[in-house]
Amino acid sequence: MTHEMFLGLYVFVLAAFVGYGTIRGVPSLLHTPLMAFTNAISGISLVGSIVAAGAEKSTVTTVLGFIAVFCASINVVGGFLITDRMLKMFRKRSSAKAPAKDGAKK
Amino acid sequence: MSLYAEALYFLASVLFILGIRGLGSAETARRGVVLAEIGMAAAVAGTLMHPDIVSYRWILVSAGIGSAIGIAMAALIPMTKMPERIALSHAFGGLAAALVGVSEYYLYQNGLNHHELSHGTMGALGFEVLFGGLTFTGSLIAFGKLQGFIPGRNITYPFQNQSNIAMFGSAVLLLVTLTISPNIQPLFYAMFSVALILGVLFVIPIGGADMPVVISLLNSYAGLAASATGFVLDNNVLIIAGALDGASGFILSVVMSQAMNRSFANVLFGAFGSGDGPAAAAVTGSGATVREASVGDAAMLLSSSTKVIVCPGYGMAVAQAQHAVQKMAELLEKDGIEVKYAVHPVAGRMPGHMNVLLAEANVPYDSLKELEEINEEFSEADVALVVGANDVVNPAAKTNANSPIYGMPVLNADLAKTCIVLKRSMNPGFAGIENDLFTMPNTVLVFGDAKATIEKINEALS
Repeated sequence: MTHEMFLGLYVFVLAAFVGYGTIRGVPSLLHTPLMAFTNAISGISLVGSIVAAGAEKSTVTTVLGFIAVFCASINVVGGFLITDRMLKMFRKRSSAKAPAKDGAKK
Repeated sequence: MSLYAEALYFLASVLFILGIRGLGSAETARRGVVLAEIGMAAAVAGTLMHPDIVSYRWILVSAGIGSAIGIAMAALIPMTKMPERIALSHAFGGLAAALVGVSEYYLYQNGLNHHELSHGTMGALGFEVLFGGLTFTGSLIAFGKLQGFIPGRNITYPFQNQSNIAMFGSAVLLLVTLTISPNIQPLFYAMFSVALILGVLFVIPIGGADMPVVISLLNSYAGLAASATGFVLDNNVLIIAGALDGASGFILSVVMSQAMNRSFANVLFGAFGSGDGPAAAAVTGSGATVREASVGDAAMLLSSSTKVIVCPGYGMAVAQAQHAVQKMAELLEKDGIEVKYAVHPVAGRMPGHMNVLLAEANVPYDSLKELEEINEEFSEADVALVVGANDVVNPAAKTNANSPIYGMPVLNADLAKTCIVLKRSMNPGFAGIENDLFTMPNTVLVFGDAKATIEKINEALS
C-alpha cells in the first residue's frame, strides 16, 4: 500500500459520503435522468483510456485504449445529451399547457 | 502530472459534485448538467496534456466515432427504450474501465511503465477488472432481456446458487493471490474471464420485474470500476467521479429494493427473483370472477367523477400509451375533473421510468405523485385508472401474508370508489402472482391494448 493509495482512500470515502448526501436529495421524479447523468460522469474513464490510446507504447495497449476511448466517449457525449433531452421534458403545470405535441394526432 | 492538469482535474471534481447537486430539483437540473459538462471538458483537457501521449491520431479517431454514435443514440432513442439505453451505457462504461485495467497490467508486465507493479496497485487493478468485466457482461444480458433477445423471465437451472457462489469465491481468491504475487500473468487473465462469466450468471436468473434493482446495481458497479481506475492511475478525479456514480447506483438500488420489500443483502447476493416467489403463485383466474366493462362504461365512469388517479405501469410503456393518457387527462381536466398520477418507485423497468415517459407526453411534473405522497388520497378518488400496472397495485401485499409480495408497499388503488384496470389479458404479472385487485367488487376490467382503449375513451369523452 503506497502513500498515494492511502490518500486515494481518503478521497474515495469522502467523495462517497458527499455523493450519498447529495444524491439522497434527488427526487424520485428525476431518477432516470440521474442515472443517465452519473453514467455520463463515470465516462470519466475516458481520462485513463485517452492516455492508453495516445501513449502508443505497444500495439496491444493502443488497441485496448482505442476501444476504451470509443466506449467512454459514447457514454460521455451521449449521456450528457440524453440527460438534457430528458430534463427538457420536465415542465411545471403553468408551462406544460402551451405546445402540446398531440395536436397532430387528433 | 503538470500543475495545470492537476488544477483542471480539481475543477472537474468540484463541478461534478455541483452538477449532481443541481439534480436536487427539476428547476436547477439542466444547469447542473451544464456544470458537469464543463467539468468533463476540463478533465479531458487536463488529460490531453499528459506527457506520455505521443500522438493524438487514435484518440481523435476513436473519440470522434464514439461521440458521433453517442449523439445519434441520444437524439434518436425513443423514451420508451430508455432502460435499454441505460443498460447499454453501463456495458460501455464497464468495458472501458476493464480495458484500461488490462492495458495497464500489460504495460507493467512488459516493462513499459515507469515503475514496478506494487501490491496495492495490483489490488486496485484487480477490482477494476473484476467490476468492469462483470458490469460489461451483466449489462449486456440486462440489455438483451429488456430488448427481448433473451427471455425476460427468470431463468433457473440446478445448482445455480452453488455455482454462482463458487464463481464468486474463485474471483475473490484470484484477486487475493494476484495482490500477493502480482506477476503471475495467467491468473490475471483468468480473473478477467471469471468476471465476464460472473456478469452473465449474475443477471441471467433475474426476471424482468426486478430490472430496476439490477440496473441500479450495475450503475454502482460501473462507478466502482471507474473509481478503482483512479487508484491504479493515482488520479483523484477518477476516484471522485467513480465514487459519485457508485453512491448514486447504491442509493437507487436500496430505494428500489425497499420499494419491493427486499433486503439489500438479498439484492447484493443476487438471490432475488431466482425461484421461490413464482412457485408460490396461486392458480390464475380459477374460481374468482372478474367484472368486464366496455370502453363506453369506462368513459362514463371517468366523466362522472371529480377526482381520478392514474396508476401507470410497465404495460403503459409497452403499449406506448403515455400520449393517449395525457390527452385523456386533458379532456377530463377541461371538465373540471382533477387528475393525478400515482408513480410507484418500481413501476417500469428502471428507476423513474414512468416519470420520464409521462414527462415526454407533456404531463406537468407537479401532477406526478410519489407513493407516500398520494396513497392517502385514493380513498377520496372516484376512479383509480390502472394502466398496465399489476404487482404495484396488488392489495395482497397488504393483506395476504402468504403472498410472495406481502409487505411490499403498494398503491392503494383498491381504496378508490371504482378501480378501472386496463389489461391486455388475464395473464398474471411478471412476478406470476394473482392480483386480488382484479376480482374486487369495486373493480372493472377493460380488456385490450392500453393505447387503443384510451384512445377510444378519448373519443367517447370529446
